[in-house]
Amino acid sequence: MGKRKSAPEVNAGSMADIAFLLLIFFLVTTTIETDVGLDRMLPREDGDYIEYEQRNILSILIGVDGALLVNDEPITPELLLKTVIDFIDNGGAQTGEAFCDYCQGERRTNLSDNPSKAVLVLGTQRETSYGAYIAVQNELVAAYNVLRNREANRLFKTSYIKMDAIYRNPQTDRTTKELLNNRIRVIQKMYPMNISEAQLKK
Amino acid sequence: MSKFKKKSSLHVPEVSTASLPDIVFMLLFFFMTVTVMKNTELKVHNELPNASELKKLEKKDRIIEIHIGKPSSRYENIVGVEPRIQLNDKFADLSEVAPHVLSEIQSKPEHLRAFVTISLKVDKRANMGLISDVKQELRKVNALKINYTTYEGDAFKNLD
Repeated sequence: MGKRKSAPEVNAGSMADIAFLLLIFFLVTTTIETDVGLDRMLPREDGDYIEYEQRNILSILIGVDGALLVNDEPITPELLLKTVIDFIDNGGAQTGEAFCDYCQGERRTNLSDNPSKAVLVLGTQRETSYGAYIAVQNELVAAYNVLRNREANRLFKTSYIKMDAIYRNPQTDRTTKELLNNRIRVIQKMYPMNISEAQLKK
Repeated sequence: MSKFKKKSSLHVPEVSTASLPDIVFMLLFFFMTVTVMKNTELKVHNELPNASELKKLEKKDRIIEIHIGKPSSRYENIVGVEPRIQLNDKFADLSEVAPHVLSEIQSKPEHLRAFVTISLKVDKRANMGLISDVKQELRKVNALKINYTTYEGDAFKNLD
């Protein structure tokens, strides 16, 4: 055999150019996915009609122009959060089963008996904008989160939001998940989220 | 003087660009992995509202998307300016929502069917009438788990 020829080298100088080209393509086509939102369960279609006492219902109507009417009184959007919290956390029942020993509300007689009985009824007009609707939904969730965080801090020295985030994280191990699941259930039982969009019978 | 001359004759060493391809490739791979190719063309305006109390949406494979909004300007003279529903890549009537959702659920693997979430991607200027109608349709086919998909931000901005 003769002298082995060295293989000719491929010029890699244009590699950067090619990579740049691909990079720019992916940069342009990338869309940052919006994968967050507000979770809701719709009621079943054959759901039973349940009667509630007037004091346990907080009706929130959103008008065409985004104006809010809470229990037939106009209110500014900034005040909605406090109104809802006051309503849920009222703990109006003085004695008996419905007595709420963890509520810190004013225990008025015209607001809800117990957080588990309190129902927020959300009403909209056909022309109400979706933006206003989401703003109100967001405030309602915020109200529950404030109360749930408070109780989680009192009982478990951590916030409800944090527990929920860890619970939903797929990397959390099983034992932690089970513990968190129990704790989350305790909190959810104290402040169950009752948001209804049923029509109110007048 | 001589000292000064000596200094100016020194060469500045060139920066080596040999590692440039490596850096670019690294960026390239990053973007390749995070890229999600859009499989549907949006035919409606879809400026989502803002919200702050958010939950992360579950995995992509159990999501059914419904877009609602005003038709984009190039479809305006065909379908008008009223908010419309878009399923996959075509405009749809209200009556088509239920069959679409059912067939989408059927096309998912069996172990995922119980966890299917309907992601409502609704333009913030759309009105509630249409959305309530869509929700009624979803209740008819027992697709009860929904998610109002939003951007992260101050919810009061929606009111302006």
